Amino acid sequence: MSRQSLSKAHEKITELSWEPTFATPATRFGTDYKFDKSPKKDPLKQILRSYFPMEEEKDNRVFGAMDGAIRGNMFRQVQERWMEWQKLFLSIIPFPEISAARAMPLAIDAVPNPQIHNGLAVQMIDEVRHSTIQMNLKRLYMNHYIDPAGFDITEKGFANNYAGTIGRQFGEGFITGDAITAANVYLTLVAETAFTNTLFVAMPSEAAANGDYLLPTVFHSVQSDESRHISNGYSILLMALADEDNRQLLERDLRYAWWNNHCVVDAAIGTFIEYGTKDRRKDRDSYAEMWRRWIYDDYYRSYLMPLEKYGLVIPHDLVEEAWDRIYNKHYVHRVAQFFATGWPVNYWRIDAMTDKDFEWFEHKYPGWYDQFGAWWEAYSRLAYPGKNKPIAFENVGYEYPHRCWTCMVPALIREDLVVEKVDNQWRTYCSETCYWTDAVAFRPEYQGRETPSMGRLTGDREWETLHHGRDLADIISDLGYVRDDGKTLIPQPHLDLSDPKKLWTLDDVRGIEFGSPNVTLNNMTESEREAFASSYRSNPNRTPSTAKV
Amino acid sequence: MNAPVKQAPAKAPQSFPKPEFTGAEAGMQTFPSSTSRSYNYFKPQKMRATVYEDVTIDVQPDPERHLSQGWLYGFAKSPGGYPQDWTVLKSGNWHAFLDPNEEWEQTIYRNNSNIVRQIELNLQNAKEAGAYAHWSPTWIRFVADNVGAWMHAEHGLGMHVFVSAQRSAPTNMINNAVCVNSVHRLRFAQDLALYNLDLSESIEAFDGKAHKDVWKSSPFWQGVRENVERLTAIGDWAEAIFATNVVFEPLVGVLFRSDLLMQIAARNGDYITPTLIGAGENDYNRDLRYTRALFSLLANDAEYGEANRAVMQSWLDKWVPVSRHAAVELQPIWSQPSERTITFAESFAAATADFNTLIADFGLTSPKEK
Repeated sequence: MSRQSLSKAHEKITELSWEPTFATPATRFGTDYKFDKSPKKDPLKQILRSYFPMEEEKDNRVFGAMDGAIRGNMFRQVQERWMEWQKLFLSIIPFPEISAARAMPLAIDAVPNPQIHNGLAVQMIDEVRHSTIQMNLKRLYMNHYIDPAGFDITEKGFANNYAGTIGRQFGEGFITGDAITAANVYLTLVAETAFTNTLFVAMPSEAAANGDYLLPTVFHSVQSDESRHISNGYSILLMALADEDNRQLLERDLRYAWWNNHCVVDAAIGTFIEYGTKDRRKDRDSYAEMWRRWIYDDYYRSYLMPLEKYGLVIPHDLVEEAWDRIYNKHYVHRVAQFFATGWPVNYWRIDAMTDKDFEWFEHKYPGWYDQFGAWWEAYSRLAYPGKNKPIAFENVGYEYPHRCWTCMVPALIREDLVVEKVDNQWRTYCSETCYWTDAVAFRPEYQGRETPSMGRLTGDREWETLHHGRDLADIISDLGYVRDDGKTLIPQPHLDLSDPKKLWTLDDVRGIEFGSPNVTLNNMTESEREAFASSYRSNPNRTPSTAKV
Repeated sequence: MNAPVKQAPAKAPQSFPKPEFTGAEAGMQTFPSSTSRSYNYFKPQKMRATVYEDVTIDVQPDPERHLSQGWLYGFAKSPGGYPQDWTVLKSGNWHAFLDPNEEWEQTIYRNNSNIVRQIELNLQNAKEAGAYAHWSPTWIRFVADNVGAWMHAEHGLGMHVFVSAQRSAPTNMINNAVCVNSVHRLRFAQDLALYNLDLSESIEAFDGKAHKDVWKSSPFWQGVRENVERLTAIGDWAEAIFATNVVFEPLVGVLFRSDLLMQIAARNGDYITPTLIGAGENDYNRDLRYTRALFSLLANDAEYGEANRAVMQSWLDKWVPVSRHAAVELQPIWSQPSERTITFAESFAAATADFNTLIADFGLTSPKEK
């Protein structure tokens, strides 16, 4: 379709909507934002007549590549280290995708602009595409990769796992609470506009370096839809900015959305990229370098900062703090260490870092070896069953962390731990901003104004609470993380499948009691709690290089 | 004297990742679960799961299945996630519903691309063949007014019934089916709008703006508009789908599309409009398949079937009069074309017969006309 006819066609389809007089569409999802004074802004023009064939063509390319990967036996050269992390990533990501589809009615309810409604409806079906194409990619991995265990329980694992839950809140954040907070600020302005760059661009390039060219094929196809979604979000933002009353809410939501996306997405994608790769060329970008390029320069400096001309206060402090956590405070490395500590309750395998990895990490993140080297050496020593327990239950100088009540990633930058009583419960938070999110932002009143549409943090947010005081073998068994012989664990702290003696079984983890840090915290006296918090913050959690197990 | 030539700093040669043969392909080793190559957390309908089942089931988690920590965000005054009480209907197992169309990415794009290609070809051929030259002034006006007005009904239902409802059902299987229904509607509305644009450019006497006034103020169309607007105002997602696909569509949609347009267009020298309308009918037939499967399941639920049938019967009592009224108000347009090959009574009888057959499948009866 020519540009001229596309414009005419788009103008024509604007005639489809009308002002109802008999009854108005049900408003089921509230917002505290106001759009009465907003001029109508158009997102990118999209006509379904051209949209469907375009997407079909994209699909054909994807499926052609899948066919080629099987015929060319791509799995002969994929790195197992990489594929194992895909068991976690691909169990999580289809839910946020489908949640984005489900979020569209929230935005449609809230924003009185038929042109944006059209853009949002196209986004809705895009998201169904993304969710199902990703599930199908995982199905292919399950069928052709050497170890299907973990792929085979994928959505069950996602729903009952401590790491799956961190990802789940990302998707739930799109579909619940204030319609604009969820479906516009959190989903589109931050998650899609900023963090899909690392999710769908940076990570696929790492996949290719590890022999997996299907992930880039699928996710670049997904990413090519995102520009339209970003345009939807920007149009709604411009409409919201037309009303002064919305600024306070926008500033609140940008702080919440930025920080939560950083905590969750950087934790996950940073780990996949840094610890899932075998590519240790010194000139390949680290996650921090990718983040600086894709998020700091492309998003923060080119997209967020220009919004200041509209009088919007940008969370500069939180952007800088996120960078500081990633580069100086080793956020991603602490997360990876935590995932590896928790290996018995994973549904994927994590192998130890080697000397080659150490050298690369030290090159990219000076001081890395001093903080993490000895711990990974211990991880390697404790990789096989028989003489020792899983590393979490051996004394290697690593103190199991408390979970952040808001972002649900543990409070890993220990000096930033916040301990507060909220809703009659002692809770821990990874940072002041996560505390603020729970105690201040997600409340029915904000800075003296009523915010009746704002959502709430709910659920059993500390995963460990569900399993407090139970035997580790029973927990793993109930979670379903056991292979088809009924005893060998799906998770293993190494990649060696050749020797059955090296594979951990339920018997190897029986008799180990699992505890919940939050339950323990709530049972402490006032003085015990204060002493605990002080000790937690001051403990560098560094494994001594002399530790022998 | 020439200025010294500035030398570019020496650049380190770019490095590339090195492919490595890892032998990480299926079957290279035997170990526990080395052959576990199917999703094992749900029971497929047949012996082996379809691609549709694999890519759809349990992607939307459920505390009644594997979800262990509950929903992590709530609305201000109600739980988050996908509460079952967003409809008054109940089910012993919401997950029993599988879309008979097995819609997922590939089916959605193949199906809709085929339709838009077919329509585009038809319109292109029509232009080249001068197909509109034989249309009578009466028929030109009929199409401008009435086919034009119908685009609004499709759009309103697509955007404010089905897009909205796909947020609300308790399972991914239901929500995806509803989502596909919504894009059918929106695509068909755009098909009609772009057809209208084509006709405006091809026929001098064609009033491409008339549809807006007809939809907004023609007395023949106000019953339809009222019905559509009231459908968009329903808060209960199942009621909205039921009142649209089970009541409005057979009594008004099919009546207008199949029992009027498809019957009379050819006799009025128009062989193009039926090809578009046929695409809409094809969409509806596809969407009716999932609708029939969903409400049959609920009507025959071992635990809640009887109560569900009572609710659905009350929905019929509420919505059938609205749609009958809309249909009857449309009656005068049956007299507008020069060639009248079918009467309103005949069309309405055909539509009502299909409607009665549909609701009989659910064990329901049509309310008596007042």
